[in-house]
Amino acid sequence: MGGMTRGYLLRRVLIFFLTIWIAASIIWLIPRLAPGDPITAMVSRMLSRSGYIRDSAAIIEGWKARFGLNDPLPVQYIRYLSNIIHLDFGYSLAYFPTTVNEIIALALPWTVGLLLIAVFITFILGNFLGAVMVWRGTPRLFRMLIPVGMIFTSLPSILAAIFLIYVFAFLLNWFPMMGPYDIGMQPGFNLAFIGNVIYHGTLPALSIVIVSFGYWSLGMRGMMITVEGEDYMQLARAKGLSPFYVLYRYMVRNAILPQVTAFALTLGGLVSGQVLVEYMFSYQGMGSIIYNAILTQDFPVIQGTSFILILMTALAVLIIDLLYPLIDPRISYERG
Amino acid sequence: MATVETTPSDAVVGRSAPPAKKMGRFNRWDTPWINPKLLSGAALIAAILLLGVLGRIFWNTDLALTGSSPLNLPPVGFTSTRNLVGTWDHPLGTENSGRDLLALIIVGAPNSFLVGVIAAVVGMGVGIFLGFSAGFLGGRVDDIVKLLSDVAVTIPALMVLIVIQSLIRQVEVTTMALLISMFAWPGPTRLIRAQVLTMRESGYVQMAKLSGASTFSIMFREIMPNLIPYLFASFIGNATGAILTAVGLETLGLGPQRVPTLGGTIYYALNAAAILRGMWWWWGLPTILLAIIFIGLLLINLGFDEIANPRLRQASH
Amino acid sequence: MTEQAQEKPPILKVRDLRVYYETPKGDVLAVDGISFDLYEGETLGLVGESGSGKSTAAMGILQLVTPPGRIAGGEVILEGHNILGLPDEGLRAIRWSKLALIPQGAMNSLNPTMRVSAQIKDVIVAHEGRKSEHELRTRINELLTMVGLPGRVYDLYPHELSGGMKQRACIAMAIALNPTIIIADEATSALDVVVQRIVAQTMLKVKQMLGVSMIMIGHDMGLMAQMVDRIAVMYAGKIVEIAPVRSMFAMPKHPYSQVLIDSVPSLKERKPLKIMEGITHDPRNPPPGCIFQLRCPFVMEKCRVVAPPMQEVTPGQFVACHLYQESPDGSYINVADVARNS
Repeated sequence: MGGMTRGYLLRRVLIFFLTIWIAASIIWLIPRLAPGDPITAMVSRMLSRSGYIRDSAAIIEGWKARFGLNDPLPVQYIRYLSNIIHLDFGYSLAYFPTTVNEIIALALPWTVGLLLIAVFITFILGNFLGAVMVWRGTPRLFRMLIPVGMIFTSLPSILAAIFLIYVFAFLLNWFPMMGPYDIGMQPGFNLAFIGNVIYHGTLPALSIVIVSFGYWSLGMRGMMITVEGEDYMQLARAKGLSPFYVLYRYMVRNAILPQVTAFALTLGGLVSGQVLVEYMFSYQGMGSIIYNAILTQDFPVIQGTSFILILMTALAVLIIDLLYPLIDPRISYERG
Repeated sequence: MATVETTPSDAVVGRSAPPAKKMGRFNRWDTPWINPKLLSGAALIAAILLLGVLGRIFWNTDLALTGSSPLNLPPVGFTSTRNLVGTWDHPLGTENSGRDLLALIIVGAPNSFLVGVIAAVVGMGVGIFLGFSAGFLGGRVDDIVKLLSDVAVTIPALMVLIVIQSLIRQVEVTTMALLISMFAWPGPTRLIRAQVLTMRESGYVQMAKLSGASTFSIMFREIMPNLIPYLFASFIGNATGAILTAVGLETLGLGPQRVPTLGGTIYYALNAAAILRGMWWWWGLPTILLAIIFIGLLLINLGFDEIANPRLRQASH
Repeated sequence: MTEQAQEKPPILKVRDLRVYYETPKGDVLAVDGISFDLYEGETLGLVGESGSGKSTAAMGILQLVTPPGRIAGGEVILEGHNILGLPDEGLRAIRWSKLALIPQGAMNSLNPTMRVSAQIKDVIVAHEGRKSEHELRTRINELLTMVGLPGRVYDLYPHELSGGMKQRACIAMAIALNPTIIIADEATSALDVVVQRIVAQTMLKVKQMLGVSMIMIGHDMGLMAQMVDRIAVMYAGKIVEIAPVRSMFAMPKHPYSQVLIDSVPSLKERKPLKIMEGITHDPRNPPPGCIFQLRCPFVMEKCRVVAPPMQEVTPGQFVACHLYQESPDGSYINVADVARNS
């Protein structure tokens, strides 16, 4: 087992809680800096848009009470934090009396699924590509992929999504334009359904992968070159070990370490990008939920989904940070 | 049997920079600032800025207002699926509320830049302040700054901004830029902090300290000049990220309402099912423009990277 | 002992080895035609100042030269076969099992993500095939004990070891396959004096126990004196003298060797400290004739034109210098002595 010190563990956990707390606080604080009572303003905006909300008066009063808008600010804050901690986001305004959590529960698995796949492919593919660059036998075509990939990284995933939809879904009709699976299909753990999900998920995942892999390839290639110049590489060659073994155990295994660290830092951006992609593809994940909520001014849903996503990201970063010592026996963090 | 190619690593063999024409004589064109990536990127960005500036002069920006133009015209030379023909009056077409695309782009593109610049400037300013403080003062201050920047990096900016901006309607460009800046400072802070830590122990800083220079003067006279390439690269990177976030918000419909933005145009296009209706110019042209902006910024960034780190320069590529 | 060993054929013969580095302005002749023999069981020291090419020579023998360096010529004959130009498979087979390396600066020579045991294990398995866990464990523990490392080192990672321990771990790794030859490339140079002694003693002990032949590369003449049987002195890519260690220290024949020996500080006598400039000629453009002509206090006209051949001026002592002329009866006289005395 690596040398994970208590200080390291504490620090990572501290960052996790701080992240959540600060994010939640910012979400709470800044809208309150705007003039006016947010709830009434919001509901009146909703009314002007959709014309009629069932039980709107009850909702307003309920929210006011729930938010305790008549209480002093610090009390409101504490109440807010306590709600957040219990993951209690209240009722959806647009689909009352459905709770926010119920809405989230439907969408979250799709988002998590897509994210895991996209992230997995990006990281593995990107780093693999970078690693094979040092192999003499890599064909030119492969080598071209890195500069091309780098250009793509400058684009946001949503633009890639638009492009992919237009070309591959609209023009060529190779892939469906929206939805996580065919309408009318029954969800189930059978091959047909899963295949359909994969089919629908290809373009969304591709949108994310295209704009991210180049960065990893370039980085990994750089790291491989750096590692190649290290002293232990000379000894590895002198030992007469098999080239594949050396490539993996001595080069990749060492080169991947900074990549993993860097990866944790990009998760926030990845999640944000995916939300937009889901919106583009009307994919039944958090992205669509958020978009819908924005349209219908369903603020509790907006708040709830965003917070869950922030929580998810912070959690993922924490997990990566905790697993990292397993692959790197030295922890080179200044404070342990 | 394939063998592992040993790419000559500069670190190992100390291969020198591309051979100079003649030792001792410095060719004017050898200056690192003339970097193909940097120049092409700058050219792209300049072209777009120029479009924004000259456009206001030569094109009627009122056409960006709703109802100012015929609806749903394709760009000149094309015929839409509804059998409407493009005209030179509206060379890039119009959209379904009668807004002229060219006008939208001319007004919208500079807005995107504005967001990027504001966020990058604020981020850089905060970054310099915090980075220097952390690097120089060390100890508690350093710990706190490092902790905060780790947190700020972990938070998905878009999520927070979505919540905030969905509540604050009637967002202005500057407001949005400032909100985005909240997440723009960790990058420069870490960069500057790292550089300051390295340079603090270096020879010339020690010399300055020995000769009694004040902390301030050390910071600005000794360390800053060496940071300039990094600062430039960081600035561009920051601006890119900010524009990216802004586009994300705009495309969701959370962007500034009163002024046209590129992302906002795409939002309206998507909402009106422009893709299905075959109105490719409506969402396509802002997309292309954004792509140009991003690629241009990326090239500038890569160019600066190469300037700052001579090892990345390739003699033949 | 050296005399007895010389009756058997040498296990390693290096003939006219050349290693050049390509630079934009021409090749640097890092190793420019060196030849020597290594006999079974002996330790040959290879000394020279920085830039003399001694480490490059080792890399050449091991074929670890990387671009822009290349092996430009010569032969390395190990147990009768020239190993230069062996195909990959063959080269890998003899690596470590016949020719092992103790590197300089073990600070970074061990894979940071592998435990010490794993790093020794993988070379055993690579050359001898899969073995039982138990067998490997026993063997590795034996190796560790032989180099004086405590058993707990087995499970440690390199960063958990001190410099001296890392170097000894490298030694343990080097002897794991009972190689024919070990090349120790400045194995103690990166260590402090106390640790240097420990490591040096470990190497001596290992040598005695296994009877392995060694090439020791270094620049510390004092240390060399205690460790080697014969010394070869290199200057600017060429070997200028090879002699048994006692002869070398008592009677260095080549002017450069004399300077080197003189520069060893002595506890016994007061000597003025001789400081020398480094290699003064451009390594891409060595002067014609003797490589040492620009710094030699005894330089003659002939030296500037003709490169001196290696001559065995006394039994076992070879010098490449025009000072030594063969006289009719087969013995050599030093021309400078003659000139002085007459």
